[in-house]
Amino acid sequence: MYLDETFRLKVGLAEMLKGGVIMDVTNAEQAEIAERAGASAVMALERVPADIRKEGGVARMASIAKIREIMERVSIPVMAKARIGHFMEARILEALKVDYIDESEVLTPADEEHHIGKRDFTVPFVCGARNLGEALRRIAEGAAMIRTKGEAGSGNIVEAVRHMRTIQKEMKQLTVLGKEELVAESKKLQAPLELVEYVAEHGKLPVPNFSAGGIATPADAALVMQLGAEAVFVGSGIFKSEDPERRARAVVKAATHYNDPQKLLEASEELGEAMRGLDIAKLEPSELLQTRGW
Amino acid sequence: MMVGVLAVQGDFEAHGRALARLGVEPVYVRTAGQLDRLHGLVIPGGESTTMLKFLEGEGLFDAIAAFAARRPLLGTCAGAILMANEVSRPAQRSLGLMDMAVERNAYGRQVDSHISTVEPPAEFASRAGAGPLEAVFIRAPIIRRVGPAATVLLRHGEDPILVEQGRHLAATFHPELTTDTRVHGLFLRKAAGP
Repeated sequence: MYLDETFRLKVGLAEMLKGGVIMDVTNAEQAEIAERAGASAVMALERVPADIRKEGGVARMASIAKIREIMERVSIPVMAKARIGHFMEARILEALKVDYIDESEVLTPADEEHHIGKRDFTVPFVCGARNLGEALRRIAEGAAMIRTKGEAGSGNIVEAVRHMRTIQKEMKQLTVLGKEELVAESKKLQAPLELVEYVAEHGKLPVPNFSAGGIATPADAALVMQLGAEAVFVGSGIFKSEDPERRARAVVKAATHYNDPQKLLEASEELGEAMRGLDIAKLEPSELLQTRGW
Repeated sequence: MMVGVLAVQGDFEAHGRALARLGVEPVYVRTAGQLDRLHGLVIPGGESTTMLKFLEGEGLFDAIAAFAARRPLLGTCAGAILMANEVSRPAQRSLGLMDMAVERNAYGRQVDSHISTVEPPAEFASRAGAGPLEAVFIRAPIIRRVGPAATVLLRHGEDPILVEQGRHLAATFHPELTTDTRVHGLFLRKAAGP
């Protein structure tokens, strides 16, 4: 079921993005800066998460004119966000031929019970997850890439670390369990047994696992890569910093050289100010984006 | 035998798995110094612009060009783009190892990605093995021209999809995303050579 042709092509593009950095951009100029800096894809959106957080209101799919302008300007893949459960925003983005759709908690959810049925689409989807059960439910719905949620727009890496460590630990635990224990585990994780068994056998998700939500420095990118992320999404961290182009280049370098402290030192020098971060503990529960979706 | 896979960005691990299936432990290459002891180098799929920026910024561009003058390269998709001597849509710098012109993202966007089955012609069959070959195209380029210095080993319809020039091989599809090891096998025989 997970090996049909369309799904292989969806996962195939995710494979091509590994080891790279996917950057949030809000116009064609930013997209060009991202491409020039070595981004492996861009995420087209109306406002970066830090601004969504500040300005409030309903956050929707970006305007078509804006996404199209970005698609025309760069040759790397262009992703766009749809609201959780908003399968018609997704259909419109598919008709526009974006390369990947992010069913994202950063936008205001359209459905509090159902995520998009992603298998019926030709365009691939990436979804956020905080733990293994959530990741496997999204994959069961057809997601071809998972990204840990972190806390978008916070500039604080702590949630991204928590989510990546959680998923890695839960996967490791499955690898030592027997067959009948996996059935019980499937119930506990609220995820299909077939996917639980896959993880138990391989020790990893059946789709690539990237990291997002709070990455602001080259060191942050290297940290989540060390913890098991196969690529990183950087949202507000680039264009909310003092020198976006230099920072973009530095994060790209860090995603490749995450094992090489000398190269990471080079990447971390003369970067200018990072974005101002938020203390997650001081946020009201209603201000958290990561709790959207299930 | 030591074979490297350029691990800047892209599906380098998939190539690593393909080499491992043939009994070769891959070396993931991120710095120029790692090239010295290798018998061959794979440039994987991924984003050719991302890889190119990195190669230029880290002194790897010239190092790989020098390496290619004595040892074989296999490039798939983005790798084939980097090995061509002419790139369009948009034009970008390349290593110029293969006498061919490549157009990037020529089939369209991701929704136009596809898997096709190709019937290999006699020469490929006799050198690598007969039988249909599954070709995975992901935001793939199309080779628009092949010059006299290069030979087409596989076609999909009219389009060349696997090209050989001397010690080098370039494919617009992704043999690393299937379990068919014939293309990697062909490359390893070149890498094992003098």
